[in-house]
Amino acid sequence: MTPPNASPTIEAIDLVKTFGDMTAVDRVSFQVPTGSVLGLLGPNGAGKTTTVRMMTTLTPPTSGTGRIAGHDIIKEPAAVRRSMGLTAQSATVDELLTGRENLRLIADLYGIDKQRTRSLADELLERFSLTDAADKVAKQYSGGMRRRLDLAASLVAAPPVLFLDEPTTGLDPRSRQELWEVLRGLVKEGTTLLLTTQYLEEADNLADNVIVIDKGRIIAEGTPLQLKDRSGAARLVVTLSRPEDIPQAHELLKGVIPELHLDEDVRQFSGPADLASINTLASLLADHEIEVDDLGLKRPSLDDVFLSLTGHRAEEAAK
Amino acid sequence: MSASFGRQIRSLVRRNLIHIKRQPEALTDVTIQPVMFVLLFAYVFGGSINIPGGSYREWLLPGIMAQTMAFSSFVVAIGLNNDLQKGIIDRFRSLPIHRPSVLLARAISSVMHSSIGIVVMSLTGLIVGWRIHEGVGKALLAYLLLLLFGFAMIWIGILVGSSMDSPEAVNGVMFATMFPITFLANTFAPPEGMPTFVRVIAEWNPISALVQAMRELWGNTGNFPTPEAWPLQHPVLVSIGWSVLISVVVAPMALRAYNRRTTN
Ligand SMILES: Nc1ncnc2c1ncn2[C@@H]1O[C@H](COP(=O)(O)OP(=O)(O)OP(=O)(O)O)[C@@H](O)[C@H]1O
Ligand SMILES: [Mg+2]
Repeated sequence: MTPPNASPTIEAIDLVKTFGDMTAVDRVSFQVPTGSVLGLLGPNGAGKTTTVRMMTTLTPPTSGTGRIAGHDIIKEPAAVRRSMGLTAQSATVDELLTGRENLRLIADLYGIDKQRTRSLADELLERFSLTDAADKVAKQYSGGMRRRLDLAASLVAAPPVLFLDEPTTGLDPRSRQELWEVLRGLVKEGTTLLLTTQYLEEADNLADNVIVIDKGRIIAEGTPLQLKDRSGAARLVVTLSRPEDIPQAHELLKGVIPELHLDEDVRQFSGPADLASINTLASLLADHEIEVDDLGLKRPSLDDVFLSLTGHRAEEAAK
Repeated sequence: MSASFGRQIRSLVRRNLIHIKRQPEALTDVTIQPVMFVLLFAYVFGGSINIPGGSYREWLLPGIMAQTMAFSSFVVAIGLNNDLQKGIIDRFRSLPIHRPSVLLARAISSVMHSSIGIVVMSLTGLIVGWRIHEGVGKALLAYLLLLLFGFAMIWIGILVGSSMDSPEAVNGVMFATMFPITFLANTFAPPEGMPTFVRVIAEWNPISALVQAMRELWGNTGNFPTPEAWPLQHPVLVSIGWSVLISVVVAPMALRAYNRRTTN
């Protein structure tokens, strides 16, 4: 037995997966320290699902290997399956079973004590706000409810490691927020999480570390903050209220922001700046009675990061 | 923390049976359909087929039983394909369960499904005048041969279910193959009247040996002379042989197809 925290809970070592001539995953390595969240970010076809399937023993790597809670995914698949839960990309609930039956089936398969199975199903249903729908067949569930049931099913054995493949794809903003809340709760309780996503915002919101993957390769990694820094400094954005102020504002702003960009249609100036220049500008504009709709510092989004790393936007590639 | 093999299989079988309960229309293949066949053949075509010293209805019933059992491969194939399609199999495979549990449970619930058909057929038979004229031992042997044949059909079901992309494709393939196979036999009419080429196929058809065996073991042959074709002269042994042969040949192919489908 290794003491906790001695080694990362999830570790991928040079994972490669080829389908015929096509290399879906190309020498991917990463580590997820115990209790942290890794976001695997990439567009459609990047190789996210294939990576998750290899790590969760569903498909063997062409080469390379991985470890979950110290167990080798190739040599000890049974131990790996006991240590992790998986919520796959397409919800894998049984549509003809009720929510309760779904959870009890999984608990039975784990061999959880009969008595405990009963209360466990109730607890999970409660936790995922499915109590009212517990005895309805899953076919009648909405997309968000199915997702929650699927996640609940992955948590039946309270695994220390959880894999989530695009957990919020297809959910409306509110359901997404709710699911994020649940995931934050799990992390707080000590679960180690690997989640894939196409939403830059999601990685930004949940992940401690992010790996950007494109065409099977890791093209960048770091904290969300580090990745943002890579795509340049923060930008100051000023939106004027009145178009007639534009010439005067242009003169004033040029003095503070040398590389000033003007988008006349929306009365918006922008350019690289820091926090200090906001104050200077704000008082300058006020002195000249130039009204603004908005004035602020815009940090680059992970979207910008993706653009600067790959030359295309994540959402574009997704189409 | 891993359930015993037995509990895993029980849970999965229960799950498959709940599916039948929630979708009773899935049972038409072992209820309405064979009953229709009995009525159609017994009352519509029955008059034109003469069984010397016996009744066509008695003679017909083992044929329809075998056909019903052959169609149990449908049941396996569709159920499995549905699970593969919906990703449930992936969920099961990510759990620490014994590898063969899922397929075994599928096989067991399919046999139970088909057994409903055997019961329905036997009852329908009794109503239209079918009787068992031989002893209990022989009668049971006939039912056992039928179940053994059903076991062989399971492998075909797993093979087709794992190879096809959708339940619709499964239906198409099974309908286009199993249907003619069950007709190119002695199920509904004696092969003696068929053109030579078709007759030879019918005589060697695994279903014919099974049907002939059941007819003899239940005493449903009337005064029909024993057919001259070798397989039909030793129907019990040949039927066992066919079921074993089909299992031995198809099982590895089926498992390979299933593994390829699930590990990719
Ligand atoms: N079983 C398979 N056979 C052949 N090619 C495959 C198979 N599975 C995946 N691929 C290919 O491998 C590449 C990576 O696929 P993968 O599903 O891992 O991408 P992804 O990042 O999960 O995409 P998405 O966001 O659409 O889910 C794709 O080009 C895909 O077509
Ligand atoms: Mg995917």
